[in-house]
Amino acid sequence: MSSILFFIASIGVIAGAIGVVMLRDPFFSVLALVSHLVSLAVLFLLLRAEFVAAVQVVVYAGAVMVLYVFVVAYVGSDSASLGESLSGPGPVASRLRLGGAILGGALLVELLIALLGTGLEAINGQGAGYSPGPRTFGTPAYIGNLLLTRFLLAFEVSSFMLLIAAVGAVVLARRRRGLGEEDERDLLTPLDLIRPLGTGTTAEGVGPRP
Amino acid sequence: MSIAWYLAVSAIVFSVGAIGVMTRRNPLVLLLCLELMLNGANLALVAFSRMWGNGDGQILALVVMTVAACEVCIGLGMIVAIYRRRLPIDVDELRELQG
Repeated sequence: MSSILFFIASIGVIAGAIGVVMLRDPFFSVLALVSHLVSLAVLFLLLRAEFVAAVQVVVYAGAVMVLYVFVVAYVGSDSASLGESLSGPGPVASRLRLGGAILGGALLVELLIALLGTGLEAINGQGAGYSPGPRTFGTPAYIGNLLLTRFLLAFEVSSFMLLIAAVGAVVLARRRRGLGEEDERDLLTPLDLIRPLGTGTTAEGVGPRP
Repeated sequence: MSIAWYLAVSAIVFSVGAIGVMTRRNPLVLLLCLELMLNGANLALVAFSRMWGNGDGQILALVVMTVAACEVCIGLGMIVAIYRRRLPIDVDELRELQG
Protein backbone atom coordinates (compact mmCIF):
# COMPACT_ATOMS: atom_id res chain seq x y z
CA MET A 1 0.00 0.00 0.00
CA SER A 2 2.70 2.45 0.99
CA SER A 3 4.71 1.70 -2.15
CA ILE A 4 1.67 2.39 -4.38
CA LEU A 5 1.13 5.67 -2.54
CA PHE A 6 4.84 6.46 -2.91
CA PHE A 7 4.78 5.98 -6.66
CA ILE A 8 1.60 8.04 -7.14
CA ALA A 9 2.98 10.86 -4.97
CA SER A 10 6.43 10.85 -6.55
CA ILE A 11 4.93 10.96 -10.04
CA GLY A 12 2.96 13.99 -8.86
CA VAL A 13 6.11 15.58 -7.42
CA ILE A 14 8.20 15.10 -10.57
CA ALA A 15 5.37 16.05 -12.94
CA GLY A 16 4.74 19.21 -10.93
CA ALA A 17 8.45 20.10 -11.03
CA ILE A 18 8.65 19.57 -14.79
CA GLY A 19 5.47 21.59 -15.21
CA VAL A 20 6.99 24.53 -13.32
CA VAL A 21 9.98 24.55 -15.67
CA MET A 22 8.20 23.84 -18.96
CA LEU A 23 4.93 25.78 -18.83
CA ARG A 24 4.80 29.04 -20.70
CA ASP A 25 2.46 31.05 -18.50
CA PRO A 26 3.86 31.87 -15.00
CA PHE A 27 0.35 31.48 -13.60
CA PHE A 28 0.25 27.85 -14.69
CA SER A 29 3.76 27.41 -13.30
CA VAL A 30 2.47 28.53 -9.91
CA LEU A 31 -0.42 26.06 -10.13
CA ALA A 32 2.03 23.28 -11.07
CA LEU A 33 4.11 24.21 -8.01
CA VAL A 34 1.01 23.93 -5.79
CA SER A 35 0.35 20.38 -7.04
CA HIS A 36 4.06 19.61 -6.57
CA LEU A 37 3.91 20.84 -2.96
CA VAL A 38 0.79 18.83 -2.11
CA SER A 39 2.34 15.66 -3.54
CA LEU A 40 5.53 16.40 -1.61
CA ALA A 41 3.46 16.62 1.58
CA VAL A 42 2.23 13.08 0.88
CA LEU A 43 5.87 11.93 0.63
CA PHE A 44 6.60 13.65 3.96
CA LEU A 45 3.67 11.80 5.52
CA LEU A 46 5.06 8.51 4.19
CA LEU A 47 8.35 9.42 5.89
CA ARG A 48 6.44 9.92 9.19
CA ALA A 49 7.03 13.67 9.25
CA GLU A 50 3.47 14.67 10.11
CA PHE A 51 4.17 18.18 11.35
CA VAL A 52 6.44 19.07 8.42
CA ALA A 53 3.77 17.81 5.99
CA ALA A 54 1.11 19.94 7.67
CA VAL A 55 3.36 23.02 7.59
CA GLN A 56 4.13 22.33 3.94
CA VAL A 57 0.45 22.34 2.98
CA VAL A 58 -0.70 25.20 5.21
CA VAL A 59 2.20 27.63 4.91
CA TYR A 60 3.68 26.82 1.52
CA ALA A 61 0.77 25.71 -0.62
CA GLY A 62 -1.57 28.04 1.25
CA ALA A 63 0.15 31.30 2.10
CA VAL A 64 3.26 31.59 -0.08
CA MET A 65 1.48 30.49 -3.24
CA VAL A 66 -1.26 33.09 -2.70
CA LEU A 67 1.49 35.72 -2.63
CA TYR A 68 2.82 34.35 -5.92
CA VAL A 69 -0.63 34.37 -7.54
CA PHE A 70 -1.16 38.00 -6.55
CA VAL A 71 2.22 39.10 -7.92
CA VAL A 72 1.68 37.19 -11.18
CA ALA A 73 -1.73 38.85 -11.51
CA TYR A 74 -0.20 42.27 -10.79
CA VAL A 75 2.85 42.02 -13.03
CA GLY A 76 1.10 40.23 -15.87
CA SER A 77 2.11 36.95 -17.31
CA ASP A 78 3.80 37.07 -20.66
CA SER A 79 6.80 34.84 -20.82
CA ALA A 80 8.74 32.73 -23.23
CA SER A 81 8.34 28.97 -23.00
CA LEU A 82 11.33 26.73 -22.40
CA GLY A 83 11.74 26.03 -26.12
CA GLU A 84 11.69 29.73 -27.04
CA SER A 85 14.01 30.43 -24.16
CA LEU A 86 16.47 27.86 -25.47
CA SER A 87 16.34 29.32 -28.97
CA GLY A 88 16.81 32.68 -27.23
CA PRO A 89 17.23 36.26 -28.38
CA GLY A 90 20.81 35.82 -29.55
CA PRO A 91 23.03 32.90 -30.51
CA VAL A 92 25.33 33.37 -27.52
CA ALA A 93 22.49 33.47 -24.98
CA SER A 94 20.80 30.41 -26.47
CA ARG A 95 24.05 28.46 -26.49
CA LEU A 96 24.63 29.43 -22.85
CA ARG A 97 21.11 28.22 -21.98
CA LEU A 98 21.63 24.92 -23.78
CA GLY A 99 24.88 24.57 -21.81
CA GLY A 100 22.88 25.24 -18.62
CA ALA A 101 20.41 22.49 -19.44
CA ILE A 102 23.24 20.02 -20.15
CA LEU A 103 24.89 21.08 -16.88
CA GLY A 104 21.61 20.36 -15.07
CA GLY A 105 21.51 16.86 -16.55
CA ALA A 106 25.10 16.28 -15.47
CA LEU A 107 24.15 17.53 -11.99
CA LEU A 108 21.36 14.93 -11.84
CA VAL A 109 23.77 12.11 -12.72
CA GLU A 110 26.29 13.36 -10.19
CA LEU A 111 23.68 13.67 -7.43
CA LEU A 112 22.35 10.19 -8.10
CA ILE A 113 25.86 8.75 -7.93
CA ALA A 114 26.61 10.71 -4.75
CA LEU A 115 23.36 9.80 -2.98
CA LEU A 116 22.82 6.21 -4.08
CA GLY A 117 26.42 5.09 -4.45
CA THR A 118 27.50 6.07 -0.96
CA GLY A 119 27.71 2.48 0.22
CA LEU A 120 25.64 3.34 3.30
CA GLU A 121 23.83 0.19 4.43
CA ALA A 122 20.93 2.09 5.97
CA ILE A 123 19.99 3.70 2.66
CA ASN A 124 18.46 0.45 1.46
CA GLY A 125 16.48 -0.07 4.66
CA GLN A 126 13.10 1.19 5.74
CA GLY A 127 14.65 3.56 8.27
CA ALA A 128 14.78 3.40 12.04
CA GLY A 129 12.09 1.70 14.10
CA TYR A 130 8.81 3.52 14.49
CA SER A 131 5.98 2.94 16.94
CA PRO A 132 2.87 5.13 16.74
CA GLY A 133 2.08 7.21 19.79
CA PRO A 134 1.12 10.73 20.86
CA ARG A 135 4.68 11.97 21.36
CA THR A 136 6.62 9.84 18.92
CA PHE A 137 8.96 10.90 16.09
CA GLY A 138 7.52 13.59 13.81
CA THR A 139 4.41 14.57 15.77
CA PRO A 140 3.79 18.23 16.67
CA ALA A 141 4.59 17.49 20.33
CA TYR A 142 7.97 16.02 19.40
CA ILE A 143 8.88 18.86 17.02
CA GLY A 144 7.73 21.52 19.47
CA ASN A 145 9.78 19.97 22.23
CA LEU A 146 12.89 19.99 20.03
CA LEU A 147 12.25 23.54 18.80
CA LEU A 148 11.96 24.96 22.30
CA THR A 149 14.88 23.05 23.84
CA ARG A 150 17.73 21.95 21.59
CA PHE A 151 17.00 24.23 18.65
CA LEU A 152 15.83 27.31 20.53
CA LEU A 153 18.52 29.50 18.95
CA ALA A 154 17.63 28.40 15.40
CA PHE A 155 13.95 29.01 16.17
CA GLU A 156 14.55 32.54 17.48
CA VAL A 157 16.96 33.45 14.68
CA SER A 158 14.52 32.27 12.00
CA SER A 159 11.67 34.22 13.57
CA PHE A 160 13.84 37.33 13.58
CA MET A 161 14.79 36.69 9.96
CA LEU A 162 11.10 36.54 9.00
CA LEU A 163 10.58 39.93 10.62
CA ILE A 164 13.52 41.43 8.72
CA ALA A 165 12.26 39.94 5.45
CA ALA A 166 8.78 41.39 5.98
CA VAL A 167 10.19 44.87 6.66
CA GLY A 168 12.55 44.53 3.67
CA ALA A 169 9.73 43.55 1.32
CA VAL A 170 7.68 46.58 2.40
CA VAL A 171 10.69 48.88 1.89
CA LEU A 172 11.42 47.41 -1.55
CA ALA A 173 7.90 47.38 -2.91
CA ARG A 174 6.49 50.60 -1.46
CA ARG A 175 5.25 53.29 -3.77
CA ARG A 176 8.04 55.79 -4.20
CA ARG A 177 7.21 59.34 -4.99
CA GLY A 178 8.98 61.36 -7.62
CA LEU A 179 8.71 58.95 -10.53
CA GLY A 180 4.92 58.73 -10.59
CA GLU A 181 2.36 60.82 -12.39
CA GLU A 182 2.25 64.56 -11.92
CA ASP A 183 -1.09 64.55 -10.08
CA GLU A 184 0.41 62.62 -7.18
CA ARG A 185 2.49 65.68 -6.44
CA ASP A 186 -0.30 67.84 -5.05
CA LEU A 187 -0.99 65.44 -2.20
CA LEU A 188 0.91 67.30 0.49
CA THR A 189 1.94 65.32 3.54
CA PRO A 190 3.48 66.67 6.75
CA LEU A 191 6.80 65.18 5.61
CA ASP A 192 6.95 67.60 2.69
CA LEU A 193 7.17 70.54 5.09
CA ILE A 194 10.32 69.32 6.75
CA ARG A 195 12.17 68.06 3.71
CA PRO A 196 13.18 69.77 0.46
CA LEU A 197 11.28 68.92 -2.72
CA GLY A 198 12.50 65.82 -4.51
CA THR A 199 14.75 64.46 -1.78
CA GLY A 200 14.07 61.19 -0.06
CA THR A 201 12.51 59.80 -3.24
CA THR A 202 13.82 57.95 -6.25
CA ALA A 203 13.88 61.27 -8.15
CA GLU A 204 17.00 62.02 -6.18
CA GLY A 205 18.89 59.17 -7.79
CA VAL A 206 17.43 59.53 -11.28
CA GLY A 207 17.64 63.30 -11.56
CA PRO A 208 15.07 65.68 -13.01
CA ARG A 209 12.72 64.26 -15.57
CA PRO A 210 13.01 65.45 -19.19
CA MET B 1 9.85 1.82 0.29
CA SER B 2 13.54 2.09 1.05
CA ILE B 3 15.11 5.47 1.74
CA ALA B 4 17.07 5.31 -1.52
CA TRP B 5 13.88 5.87 -3.56
CA TYR B 6 13.12 9.08 -1.70
CA LEU B 7 16.68 10.29 -2.26
CA ALA B 8 16.37 9.58 -5.99
CA VAL B 9 13.15 11.64 -6.16
CA SER B 10 14.83 14.49 -4.28
CA ALA B 11 17.80 14.44 -6.68
CA ILE B 12 15.44 14.59 -9.69
CA VAL B 13 13.47 17.51 -8.23
CA PHE B 14 16.67 19.41 -7.40
CA SER B 15 18.08 18.95 -10.91
CA VAL B 16 14.82 19.96 -12.60
CA GLY B 17 14.87 23.13 -10.48
CA ALA B 18 18.51 23.79 -11.39
CA ILE B 19 17.74 23.40 -15.09
CA GLY B 20 14.87 25.86 -14.70
CA VAL B 21 17.09 28.41 -12.94
CA MET B 22 19.64 28.19 -15.73
CA THR B 23 17.25 28.28 -18.69
CA ARG B 24 14.21 30.44 -17.89
CA ARG B 25 14.21 34.22 -18.33
CA ASN B 26 11.25 35.38 -16.25
CA PRO B 27 12.36 36.20 -12.67
CA LEU B 28 9.02 34.94 -11.29
CA VAL B 29 9.63 31.51 -12.80
CA LEU B 30 13.21 31.71 -11.57
CA LEU B 31 11.94 32.11 -8.00
CA LEU B 32 9.59 29.15 -8.49
CA CYS B 33 12.53 27.04 -9.68
CA LEU B 34 14.52 28.08 -6.60
CA GLU B 35 11.60 26.79 -4.53
CA LEU B 36 11.88 23.49 -6.39
CA MET B 37 15.57 23.22 -5.49
CA LEU B 38 14.85 23.98 -1.82
CA ASN B 39 12.06 21.38 -1.82
CA GLY B 40 14.38 18.74 -3.23
CA ALA B 41 16.83 19.44 -0.41
CA ASN B 42 13.95 19.34 2.09
CA LEU B 43 12.87 15.91 0.90
CA ALA B 44 16.43 14.60 1.31
CA LEU B 45 16.61 16.09 4.82
CA VAL B 46 13.34 14.47 5.91
CA ALA B 47 14.39 11.15 4.34
CA PHE B 48 17.69 11.17 6.25
CA SER B 49 15.81 12.13 9.40
CA ARG B 50 13.62 9.04 8.95
CA MET B 51 16.70 6.93 8.27
CA TRP B 52 18.24 7.80 11.63
CA GLY B 53 14.98 8.04 13.57
CA ASN B 54 16.10 11.48 14.71
CA GLY B 55 14.17 14.75 14.52
CA ASP B 56 17.07 17.06 13.67
CA GLY B 57 16.53 16.75 9.92
CA GLN B 58 12.90 17.76 10.27
CA ILE B 59 13.84 20.87 12.27
CA LEU B 60 16.33 21.77 9.56
CA ALA B 61 13.59 21.26 6.94
CA LEU B 62 11.36 23.69 8.86
CA VAL B 63 14.18 26.25 8.97
CA VAL B 64 14.68 25.81 5.21
CA MET B 65 10.97 26.53 4.71
CA THR B 66 11.38 29.74 6.73
CA VAL B 67 14.35 30.78 4.61
CA ALA B 68 12.32 30.02 1.46
CA ALA B 69 9.47 32.20 2.73
CA CYS B 70 11.91 35.08 3.36
CA GLU B 71 13.45 34.65 -0.07
CA VAL B 72 10.03 34.71 -1.73
CA CYS B 73 9.11 37.83 0.24
CA ILE B 74 12.21 39.78 -0.83
CA GLY B 75 12.20 38.41 -4.38
CA LEU B 76 8.59 39.32 -5.03
CA GLY B 77 9.18 42.76 -3.50
CA MET B 78 12.03 43.27 -5.94
CA ILE B 79 9.90 42.11 -8.88
CA VAL B 80 7.14 44.56 -7.90
CA ALA B 81 9.75 47.36 -7.63
CA ILE B 82 11.15 46.45 -11.08
CA TYR B 83 7.64 46.50 -12.52
CA ARG B 84 6.89 49.90 -10.97
CA ARG B 85 9.95 51.41 -12.64
CA ARG B 86 8.68 49.98 -15.94
CA LEU B 87 11.80 47.93 -16.51
CA PRO B 88 11.41 44.72 -18.51
CA ILE B 89 10.58 41.62 -16.45
CA ASP B 90 13.42 39.64 -17.98
CA VAL B 91 16.70 38.66 -16.35
CA ASP B 92 18.54 39.04 -19.65
CA GLU B 93 17.51 42.68 -20.02
CA LEU B 94 18.24 43.63 -16.41
CA ARG B 95 21.96 44.13 -16.68
CA GLU B 96 22.43 47.60 -15.24
CA LEU B 97 24.71 46.32 -12.51
CA GLN B 98 26.85 44.65 -15.14
CA GLY B 99 28.27 48.06 -16.05
